[in-house]
Amino acid sequence: MSLRIVSLGKGIPAHRVSNDDLAAFIDTSDEWIRTRTGIESRYVCRDESLTDLATAAATEAIERAGLAPSDIDLVIGSTFEGDYLTPSLSCCVAERLGTQCPAFDLNAACTGFIFALEVAAGFVERQKAKRVLIVCAEMMSKHIDWHDRSTCVLFGDGSAAVIVEPGEALKYISISTSPNSEMLSLPVGTGNSPFVHHGKTKGFLAMEGQKVFKFAVNVGAVELSKAMSALGMTPEEIDYFVLHQANKRIIDSIRAKVGQPEEKFPMNIQRYGNISSVAIPLLLLEMWESDKLKSGDVLFLSAFGAGMTAGSCVIVWG
Amino acid sequence: MLEQITTILRNYKDDQSLEITEETTFEELGLDSLDTVELLMSVEEEFSVTLEMSDEMKSVGQLAAAIEAAK
Repeated sequence: MSLRIVSLGKGIPAHRVSNDDLAAFIDTSDEWIRTRTGIESRYVCRDESLTDLATAAATEAIERAGLAPSDIDLVIGSTFEGDYLTPSLSCCVAERLGTQCPAFDLNAACTGFIFALEVAAGFVERQKAKRVLIVCAEMMSKHIDWHDRSTCVLFGDGSAAVIVEPGEALKYISISTSPNSEMLSLPVGTGNSPFVHHGKTKGFLAMEGQKVFKFAVNVGAVELSKAMSALGMTPEEIDYFVLHQANKRIIDSIRAKVGQPEEKFPMNIQRYGNISSVAIPLLLLEMWESDKLKSGDVLFLSAFGAGMTAGSCVIVWG
Repeated sequence: MLEQITTILRNYKDDQSLEITEETTFEELGLDSLDTVELLMSVEEEFSVTLEMSDEMKSVGQLAAAIEAAK
C-alpha cells in the first residue's frame, strides 16, 4: 500500500466543560453521563473559530515533522461544516498556512478521517501528491441542542491533523456506506427563499440512539472481520484497536464481541466527548505523545458515522 | 424460549440466581436503553432473528413475542 503517517498535531479549545457544569443548567448528572457514555468532560469553543483550531493542529503537525507549509502538496479537510459553507475549511487553513497547494473538504461525518486517508492514499499512489495534510475539525457545540440532555452531553469541539507520505505502512483500508438519512442527521434548512413551498429552518443534530448503537457495534465487528480475512490475520495480532470515540459502551460492546483485552482498546472519550472525525487522529496523537506506540505496532482503526458511513484500516506504526 | 432468554439475562447481569418471568420488565432488571440494545443483539444472535428497536418493548414476555413473530 501507499502511505505512512509521519506526524500529527492537535487544536483543542481552552474551555473545558465538566459533567457537573452541564448539570448546572440541564437535568442531568455526572453519574448519569459517566455510566451511560464514559464521558467526564469535553472542550467547547468560546473565542476560537474552527479555522483557529484546525490551523493550530496543522501547524503542530507540520512543525513536528520538521517541514514547512510549502512542503505540503494537498490539504484534505474532514468536517461537516467549517466556519463557512464555502470556502471550505481546508482552504481557510491553507490561507493561514500560506500554502498554494490544492485544498478541499470531504464530509463523511465521524468516519471522515478514514475516508480522507483513503483519498490521500489515492493521490499518493497516483503520484499526484507526496505529502498530504489531513485536517479533521469539528465544532459540535454549534450543531447540538443545548436543551436536549440526550445529545448535548455527548459531544465536544476540537481538531487533529495528520501528515502522510509515501510508505508501506497502510496494509488495508475499506470505506462503506449503508444509506440512511434518518438515523443520525443535521438538517441545514432552506434559507429565506420566497419561492420555497415548505420552508425548513436549520435544525440540530438528532439521532436514534439505540439504532446508532446497534449499527456501531455490528459494523465495528464486521469491519474487523473483513480486515482480518483480507490480511489473513487474527485479532490477536493487532496491538491496538483505535476505535471512534463516540461512547465507551459501544467500544466495550465491540471489545466483548472481539474477545480481546481491555488494554488493547485505548480511549480518550472521557476527556473530550465525541469530536466526530477528530476522535481517531486525536487518540493516535495522544498514544504517540505518551510513548504508547512503538515502531512496528499493528493498529486497527475503525469508525462509523452519519450516512451511515463506516470505515477501517490496518496500519503499522512507524 | 423463556429459559434461553433467562440464561442470556443471567449472563448479561452476571447473576445466575436472577428470577425471570414473562412479566419481568427491563426496568426492574436495572437495564437502561443501551443495555436493552445489547440484550436484543444477544437475543438476535441466539435465535438467528432480526428484531426492530421499539420503545414499546418493555418486558421479557414482549421480547419473547417479538422473537416468535420474527421467526
